[in-house]
Amino acid sequence: MKLDDKKRVLRAMVLARRFEERCYQAYIERKIGGFLHLYPGQEACVSGVMEAARPGYDYVITGYRDHVHAIQCGADPKAVMAELYGKETGSSKGRGGSMHIFDAAHHFMGGYALVGGPFPLAAGIAKGIQMKGGDEICICFLGDAANNQGTFHETMNMAKLWNLPVLFICENNQYGIGTAIDRSTAVVDQFKRVCGYGIEAAQCDGQDFDIVYEHAKAAVGHVRGHKGPYFLEVMTYRYRGHSMSDSRAYRTREEEELWKQRDPIFILRDRLIDAGALTPEAFAALEKEIDAYIENEVIKFAEESPEPDVSELERYVLA
Amino acid sequence: MAEMMYWEAIRRAHDEEMARDPLVICMGEDIGVAGGTYKATKGLFEKYGPLRVIDTPISENSFTGLGVGASFLGVRPIIEIMSVNFAWLATDQIINTAAKVRYMSGGQLSAPVVIRSPGGTAHQLGAQHSARMEKVFMGIAGLRVVTPSSPRQAYGLLKSAIRSDDPVFINEHELMYNMKGDVPEDEYFHPLEGSEVARPGTDVTLFGYNISVHWCLKAAEILAKQHGINAEVVDLYALSPLDRQGIKRSVAKTHRAVIAEEDEGPVGVGAEIIAIINEECFFELDAAPVRVHAANVPIPYNHTLEQAAIPDHEDIVKAVLQLFGKA
Repeated sequence: MKLDDKKRVLRAMVLARRFEERCYQAYIERKIGGFLHLYPGQEACVSGVMEAARPGYDYVITGYRDHVHAIQCGADPKAVMAELYGKETGSSKGRGGSMHIFDAAHHFMGGYALVGGPFPLAAGIAKGIQMKGGDEICICFLGDAANNQGTFHETMNMAKLWNLPVLFICENNQYGIGTAIDRSTAVVDQFKRVCGYGIEAAQCDGQDFDIVYEHAKAAVGHVRGHKGPYFLEVMTYRYRGHSMSDSRAYRTREEEELWKQRDPIFILRDRLIDAGALTPEAFAALEKEIDAYIENEVIKFAEESPEPDVSELERYVLA
Repeated sequence: MAEMMYWEAIRRAHDEEMARDPLVICMGEDIGVAGGTYKATKGLFEKYGPLRVIDTPISENSFTGLGVGASFLGVRPIIEIMSVNFAWLATDQIINTAAKVRYMSGGQLSAPVVIRSPGGTAHQLGAQHSARMEKVFMGIAGLRVVTPSSPRQAYGLLKSAIRSDDPVFINEHELMYNMKGDVPEDEYFHPLEGSEVARPGTDVTLFGYNISVHWCLKAAEILAKQHGINAEVVDLYALSPLDRQGIKRSVAKTHRAVIAEEDEGPVGVGAEIIAIINEECFFELDAAPVRVHAANVPIPYNHTLEQAAIPDHEDIVKAVLQLFGKA
């Protein structure tokens, strides 16, 4: 992978981080309502996988921690922020909210709020691809805790049985809401759980973009090559709580600091600096530029956009 | 017109739509090689192959979800859930996804799936195979619910449901698959909304749907012959949305209403229809509307208890006579 491409990825990861941190602030200011699940700490997962896939062409589906996934598929950050603000210009016209970002034009098939709900939907999208004869794949990003739902097992069985072009990315961030994985799950290594269904699987570091990218390239090639479904477990950590209402009382600050020492953005940044492709000053300027973009364009757009018209309350219920 | 059985009418609708559109598929337990528990997909596996006629594992929630996901890409799945009692397992995908995805995506995605499933009390199947779910599904925004009372409706409603861009739940009945009736020989699309006057009358309206339409017709005959009461029977083949104007039109004519449902009474179809009557035409009433419904019990196994739990035409006759002060 060329260094210029890596710089583009770094930029996307910084945007993802700053976007989410700005959401946090807007939530405190009560500009954003409902539940808000933020992504900081996990950026290399979606970046590594989407860099190996074809964003906007391959179909992507995920759970409720979905802002960054939508943006990496090509959704306009302005439309995503406007959605969080509940505005008519939002990606779901203000009807969805944080947990229900959609961008069908970029094949981002949604964020869903029921843990494990997207598993069968992903297999169904793959079935649709199979029937139409295209070479797209469907990528399903979910957390480790989703694997304790029945839909996980039911879907793995059908995906393998029918050789569906679906790639399951398990972003293992160690916690299901506020319960540590070893307190909720008998087999902690998630990739081992699909062996019973004959699905090829691997596990990798989710903090290092290069490692995720290499593993994802193999996984995407497998699925696109009609070899059936694939399950990739990426080991990661969410810095913030499950949602904004989470005080993180179930884990230690020491543990959090340990993970922050392997921050995905810093790992990639330092690698680019070591390679002579980036300077600390240039990185600081990048952060500043992105913050300005978020403030002057993204937030401004969300703030200034109109509310949905109440006369359209019942629109979109039926066709 | 051609006489055919209810299951044959459903099979014909599948066959015609699958022949027309390669993206129409059907899926469910035992529907392929085995030909379907109710024969509704008989012969289709041989004709259209395993990619389009899919024998699913016994995983109701996930195979329903799989159909919903495929529908996002323009596939038109007809999903058979072998018994509506098993559809409880699929309520997450039906209610949380299929019914809501259009709205929560701001109109970007829709889930044009058809979910067919028989409910109702058959022959001593016990509590977990005799329930009905229409009252659950008809309360869900974004989901259409229809329930055919005849082979003609079974054929025409399925045809329309497959072409609809909305998710449609088709409530069938275990006891009705072998019922015979006339079906148009030409292609026929039954509207997904509205109601039908199955028997015109002047003195009281008997509202029924699916199997209870037949109880109402039988009751109307007895009322006419033995009691001189001319009952109108209205077939509410569409349970969501309900035909408010059709309900109002009939009650405004007869001024009396009896609703017959096989389901338990609480929070049911009858309760909803009475609410509509109150909202639309309360001052047309000459008497308080009456519900005829199942006892509020899990359906028992014992034959005598089972029959005592569910209503029939005699219960409707009794209710009408009470309404006229004749009992």
